[in-house]
Amino acid sequence: MLSIGKPQIKLLEKLCNAMSVSGDEGEVRRIVLEEVKPYADEVKVDALGSVLVRKKGAGKKPLRVLLDAHMDEVGFMIVNDEGEGFFQFEVVGGIDARHLVGKQIIVGKEHTVGVIGAKPIHLTTGEERQYTIETDAMRIDLGPEGKANVGDRATFATKFKQVGPSIMSKSIDDRIGVAILIELLKHAPKNIELCLAFSVQEEIGLRGAKVAAHYFEPDLAIAVDSTPARDLPDYDGGENFTYNTKLGFGPAIYMANSSTLDDPRLVRFLAEMAEKEKIQYQFRQPGGGGTNAGAIQQTRAGVPVVSVSVPHRYTHSPISISRVDDWKNTLNLLHMALKNMTFDLLAGRYT
Amino acid sequence: MSDILPFLKSIISVAGLSGYEAPVATLIEQKWTPLVDEISRSKLGSIHGLKTGSVSAKASRPSVLIATHMDAIGLMVSRIVDGFLYVTNIGGVDSRVLPGTPVIVHASGNGAQELYGVVVMPPANLLPEGKGAGAVALQYLLIDIGYTPNEVAKRVRIGDRVAFGTEPVEMSGGCVSGHTLDNRASVAALTICLEELQAKSHVWDVWALASVQEEETFAGAFTSTYQIRPTIAIALDMTFGKGTGSNDYTAFPIGKGITLGIGPSMHPFLHKRFKEVAERVEIPVKDEAMPQYSSTDADAMQLTAEGIPTMVISIPLRYMHTPVELVALKDIQRAGRLLAEFVASLEADFINKIAWD
Repeated sequence: MLSIGKPQIKLLEKLCNAMSVSGDEGEVRRIVLEEVKPYADEVKVDALGSVLVRKKGAGKKPLRVLLDAHMDEVGFMIVNDEGEGFFQFEVVGGIDARHLVGKQIIVGKEHTVGVIGAKPIHLTTGEERQYTIETDAMRIDLGPEGKANVGDRATFATKFKQVGPSIMSKSIDDRIGVAILIELLKHAPKNIELCLAFSVQEEIGLRGAKVAAHYFEPDLAIAVDSTPARDLPDYDGGENFTYNTKLGFGPAIYMANSSTLDDPRLVRFLAEMAEKEKIQYQFRQPGGGGTNAGAIQQTRAGVPVVSVSVPHRYTHSPISISRVDDWKNTLNLLHMALKNMTFDLLAGRYT
Repeated sequence: MSDILPFLKSIISVAGLSGYEAPVATLIEQKWTPLVDEISRSKLGSIHGLKTGSVSAKASRPSVLIATHMDAIGLMVSRIVDGFLYVTNIGGVDSRVLPGTPVIVHASGNGAQELYGVVVMPPANLLPEGKGAGAVALQYLLIDIGYTPNEVAKRVRIGDRVAFGTEPVEMSGGCVSGHTLDNRASVAALTICLEELQAKSHVWDVWALASVQEEETFAGAFTSTYQIRPTIAIALDMTFGKGTGSNDYTAFPIGKGITLGIGPSMHPFLHKRFKEVAERVEIPVKDEAMPQYSSTDADAMQLTAEGIPTMVISIPLRYMHTPVELVALKDIQRAGRLLAEFVASLEADFINKIAWD
């Protein structure tokens, strides 16, 4: 079994604390390039900025497997300098505006710290406090002499933390996938040709993976991402039927979401592999959401795909929470799956 | 003038919610001890520091009390369900600033640890009909501290305090942002005042008060003022800084000076003296209209015993009662210096000059 020790935690921390808002993934790209170069047979940065990595397998034409994890995160772009350190911003990707007021933000390449303030409670009315403060009424405040440029990216300032069995970060989605891909490259099995796409612009429409998959032309692909766990209590004490996934229940295997119907052969294979290796896993509740599998599936003449995700709570907020054990089990399920893959996997009936 | 920033950062990095001020009180007491002649705690936990004046007859020596409340707003655990904490508020908290806010749970169960966590907003379908749209009320928000339900049950108890976990950060223009700058920035200013007074002669006794429970009931100000029975009393607190969401007459620009209260809580003669002193030492001040209440310790001090002449001076602070309050260090220094100059200006018979029109 591969383990999650200090070096793996340290790398994830570095990846999570980097700023990599969709369209400006340079910070994570630099970390990825540094990590993969010693282990890869081919490394390239494509036209959109994704990092594409190949590790050749044994034999003349081994099964070509693409693993994808996106490097980008949701965040903000500075759109207007109003002077005296106040900046108007727009949201990049899906962020609930209710997560923004009262938060520290980092801005630009220097990670200049700013805040999104709110009117003091003393000056609000009870009625006013029932309404959401909309993004266009907010400003990023960098202090009276604060400087930033229109076009600068910004994101939540919260730093990675390890707490008990959990990790907490602004960008577990999908740095945890990036970390898993790097670890798998370091332990790449010989039976397959392993292709890795560290893709850009997932959060704004699955853009990077689309062209990355075209380049690799894989036999099959797995999107390695992080999916929401909504396993919170029901306020009235009823059962929570719509948890999507649960923390501590292992990797979440997808069957259907709004962008893909996952290949049943791959779903079955992963579940059987988990049972055989006694790795805890769960099926993500079907429906909603989307991963890069949706973009990869429809490239060229079609690619059999499946998504596997590490669950996290509080998606696209200043602090998401995942369990280290789920990370470890996801890594090992994928590792065992890669080691045991053959062309026979795709020879079976589609359904 | 000494660099107050390290002390300020230290006192906004420890616990001290209303009613539970002991951790921050320890730091303040350490800092004040070498600056005063006597230091003690009140029955409710307020800190009383006395720097004696130079009038010889102790019995008749007049005294000025300067109050800065040291308590902070925050949250308190009200129930625990499946490892998640429900909370209620201590002091005024707008629930809209909470989702996604890092917090420190001061856990009193096994281990009595400080546990890092985050306030979270449950999905709408887990809340009663209509409660998940718009701003989610405090009663529906949860805190997740990253532990399994069993572990949470062992560590956390109902009634445990929860403080904001935002770390202090230095910003441009000589500013600091963080939580609880209301009112620890005033504590820092009063500390500067005491430092300044080391090299100044003053005939009046000076009582430095770090009061408890201002954010809930003014219990500290009522009781300490009663015990000390000063000749006059001054509350130093924060006022609204101009910034996002507050730009009308109630808010003042940060870094541009401090405010002198005008209204029923303030004795006009004290206001006049503060203004004269500020002009003389060239500290920029603005008048702040407080038509009914000052909403500071002054409202309590004024009504103590047979009544005490009081004054309020304030430091502008952006985003009050949020986890990202923002203050200019310059204004903190100005408040400290102005207080010291005011104290030094008090002549032995000043109280006899206090007159109504």
